[in-house]
Amino acid sequence: MSTPEQQISTAIQEAIAENDVILFMKGTPEAPRCGFSARTVQVLEALGTPFAAVDILPDPRIRQELSALSQWPTIPQLFVRGELVGGCDIITEMYESGELAQTLGVEQPADEAPGDDAAPLTIENRLN
Amino acid sequence: MPTTDELKQRIEASIPGAIADVVDLNGGGDHFRATVVAPEFAGLTRIEQHRRVYAVFGPDIGGPIHALSLTTRAEA
Repeated sequence: MSTPEQQISTAIQEAIAENDVILFMKGTPEAPRCGFSARTVQVLEALGTPFAAVDILPDPRIRQELSALSQWPTIPQLFVRGELVGGCDIITEMYESGELAQTLGVEQPADEAPGDDAAPLTIENRLN
Repeated sequence: MPTTDELKQRIEASIPGAIADVVDLNGGGDHFRATVVAPEFAGLTRIEQHRRVYAVFGPDIGGPIHALSLTTRAEA
C-alpha cells in the first residue's frame, strides 16, 4: 500500500512525463492566484506555446511532494520535456534573452526580440 | 520578521565571496528580491545557482520568507 503522499508524488511524475510543457502554479492560467504564477503564464502565452497547468493550491501535499522531487522550494515551476527549467525569475530572464523560445522550440515574437531596436521595415511606408 | 540586512548577511556568510543586494519588494518583510554575485556560480546553470541561494534559507522559504526573487551571476 502506498501512502497518499506517494500517490501524489507518482501522479506528479506522471504528469511531468506525459506533458512536454507543464507549469505547476498557484491558481489556473485563467485565474492565477499569485503574481509570480501570473507573470509566468503571460510569458508562455506571449510565446504561443501550448502548456499543461497544475494548480497546487487545492492540497498542500502537492507542493510538498513537487518541491521534494524538483529540489526547488518555490512556485511556479516550469518543466520542459521532463526537466525543471525554472521559476518566474529564470523564465522571465530566459524569455527576454530569447533562450526560452529556443528551449520550447518556438519563434520569439518579433517585437519582443532582444536588441531589436531598429524600426521594422513595412511595406506601407514604402508606398507613401 | 526577516530584514533585508539579515538576508544579505545570511547569503554572504554561507556562500564564500558572495556579494548580495537585497530589497524588500513591498515593505512587508516577506517578499524580497536579491541579486547575488558569487565566484562559485561559475560553471553552474541558473537552476543550480538559485538552488544554492535557496539552500541558505532552507524551510524559511515559503515560511517567514514568502517569496525570494533571484538574479544570480558569477561575476559583477
